[in-house]
Amino acid sequence: MTAVAEPTSAQRADLLRFATAGSVDDGKSTLIGRLLYDTKSLFTDQWEAVEAASAARGDEYTNLALLTDGLRAEREQGITIDVAYRYFNTPRRKYIIADTPGHIQYTRNMVTGASTADLALVLVDARKGIVEQSRRHAFLCSLLRVPHLVLCVNKMDLVDWDQEVYDKIVDEFTSFAAKLDITDLAIIPISALQGDNIVTRSPNMPWYEGPSLLHHLEHVHIASDRNLVDVRFPVQYVIRPQSTVVTDYRGYAGQVASGVIKPGDEVMVLPSGMTTKVASVETADGPVSEAFPPMSVTVRLEDELDISRGDMICRPNNTPAVAQDIEALVCWMDESKPLTVGAKYSIKHTTRTARAIVRELHYRLDVNTLHRDDEAPRLGLNDIGRVKLRTTIPLLADEYRRNRTTGGFIIIDESTNRTVGAGMIIEAS
Amino acid sequence: MMQPAESRGEIRSASGDPTPAAYRFSHLDALEAESIFVMREVVAEFERPVLLFSGGKDSIVMLRLAQKAFAPGRIPFPVMHVDTGHNFHEVIEYRDRRVAELGLQLVIASVPEALARGLVTEAANGSRNRIQTPVLLDAVDKYRFDALFGGARRDEEKARAKERVFSFRDEFGQWDPKNQRPELWSLYNGRHHPGESIRVFPLSNWTELDIWHYIGREGIPLPSIYYAHDREVVERDGMLFAVNEFLAARDGERVFTERVRYRTVGDATLTAAVASDADTVEKVIAEVGATRVTERGATRGDDKVSEAAMEDRKREGYF
Repeated sequence: MTAVAEPTSAQRADLLRFATAGSVDDGKSTLIGRLLYDTKSLFTDQWEAVEAASAARGDEYTNLALLTDGLRAEREQGITIDVAYRYFNTPRRKYIIADTPGHIQYTRNMVTGASTADLALVLVDARKGIVEQSRRHAFLCSLLRVPHLVLCVNKMDLVDWDQEVYDKIVDEFTSFAAKLDITDLAIIPISALQGDNIVTRSPNMPWYEGPSLLHHLEHVHIASDRNLVDVRFPVQYVIRPQSTVVTDYRGYAGQVASGVIKPGDEVMVLPSGMTTKVASVETADGPVSEAFPPMSVTVRLEDELDISRGDMICRPNNTPAVAQDIEALVCWMDESKPLTVGAKYSIKHTTRTARAIVRELHYRLDVNTLHRDDEAPRLGLNDIGRVKLRTTIPLLADEYRRNRTTGGFIIIDESTNRTVGAGMIIEAS
Repeated sequence: MMQPAESRGEIRSASGDPTPAAYRFSHLDALEAESIFVMREVVAEFERPVLLFSGGKDSIVMLRLAQKAFAPGRIPFPVMHVDTGHNFHEVIEYRDRRVAELGLQLVIASVPEALARGLVTEAANGSRNRIQTPVLLDAVDKYRFDALFGGARRDEEKARAKERVFSFRDEFGQWDPKNQRPELWSLYNGRHHPGESIRVFPLSNWTELDIWHYIGREGIPLPSIYYAHDREVVERDGMLFAVNEFLAARDGERVFTERVRYRTVGDATLTAAVASDADTVEKVIAEVGATRVTERGATRGDDKVSEAAMEDRKREGYF
């Protein structure tokens, strides 16, 4: 191994996924453009293309929304249709931005973007303060258990950098956030247009003592967001080479959902409940002394058990529920058909696929007021509600609030094959 | 009351948690783990996957990830090259060597052969970019492939920035950007009816720089044209095109020798070189890190047709 270079600092950088929410009016595109520009992640040909497209549309300024709005229909209608992914780097981190549109199909897109996010960035206009949409954004972030929330109070330049305006927004937002499950909240006064508090602290707001946005993104502590306690290893694929070179090999390939797996650990395999020990944890680069999320590894066991895709390796004294009755919050994502009681769907949960019937719809949640409508007969597009499902085979499930990987599932319409809903498990029995 | 300064860098850890500092994971490791997960999902859920292999750096990285995903077993699917006939010989040699080393089955979807049997006809300007699509779809039909791994990345192009990791294609191979399946967590929906297929992009979240860092870290060999070398070129539309059997200098174009390398590798008539002295991985990484132009912007004649050139081709069934 002579050709392999020593890892550079860029290779050691970790990964932060964040979702942005807000409408064009809040300056979200300007903010993203600013982050890309200031981290030298915006290329001249991209910039020139946006300038040319803005000029052709008759925009008075270079419309940074056109950076992410790439599709024909988006440019024609001046709207953002879908989640767009953007990338930038700083010396400490690589960032993946899931940029979700502010209005169209808002809930569906926001839920999608937030599902994998370590952090959510919500924008408000300092002149308008907290509006209905801000509350909805914050609620969805808490629903999806995004571990870190940043509220950017934007357009501070338009309120004369006034601390009172900021303080009032902080008060209002924190009292609302207290009702939600938000574990880490930062509130940063910024001007995306002028670059204040984006990369460096703004001289215009000396009263603000917190970090700039980029500093916060670089330093927010995400390593402990992972669940390293509950061993959950959904078996994805059984590696059993039919080869004369490698004989009698049997390994269980998968990505560690949570917990730390080590050779010698006593493990239980669900749903069978059989126990054995971990013989080795392997990667293509050789055996490892332990595996933790989000590693993709191959686990070999001491005893030959009947294990297949969809089974789960865990610890005998710490197991998920083996359950066919599932209580969950469901976000409905299909415009053609609503969710109704009695309907049957396919469910994908970790690496396991089951069929399910909707037994009950307890309520529909108003995401603006958090009011529960117990009389709702169905869930339509972008509705969120609590349902009870009965599955054909048991799911190996945890509460979503404890484990985002073993607590989340998607709902698939069996006739159209479309993904029609996302579920977060509250209780499984 | 919460203040932003206090919440910064705060360590929240339930009592009894193992200390997470020991469980650091670099972004390259995270990307690798995600790509391996995606590839295993496909092999577990599809009947006839295939990996699109052009001999370009992204498909080379994808092949390395496939090796890792199924080790110590072999890669459990064939690879397919959509061959426009306009190839860099260094790339074809690399392709054949790699395929032989790994013991893979290679399917060649050949544009020249499709031209000969009348499936497609040469475009007026001689470009084979658009006529690749029917040739690709014909091979998908013939071999009944239901999942096609592609090396496309979201940082390449704005239509790609909105495409799913599992991208559903109808029986005509078409992408419908307004009708994509929501993709949540790591739960990929690969269900499809017979005749339909899924394009799968395991490198969706990688950037050009990530690819190069990974090539460096893993010591992955590449076709020599990715590194600086002297080549006879002409300047056309602000880009440097190699003069060879497929591309002759036009009247008024001056042929000159320049130190160049390729940032992308595709059809030899459409892919431009960039002036460069970067003859090692380390130098390429430094160059890519400092460049101010995207790789497609610098090297692809085919994307300069219109704002939505890539989207339009994808709608027709392109990669």
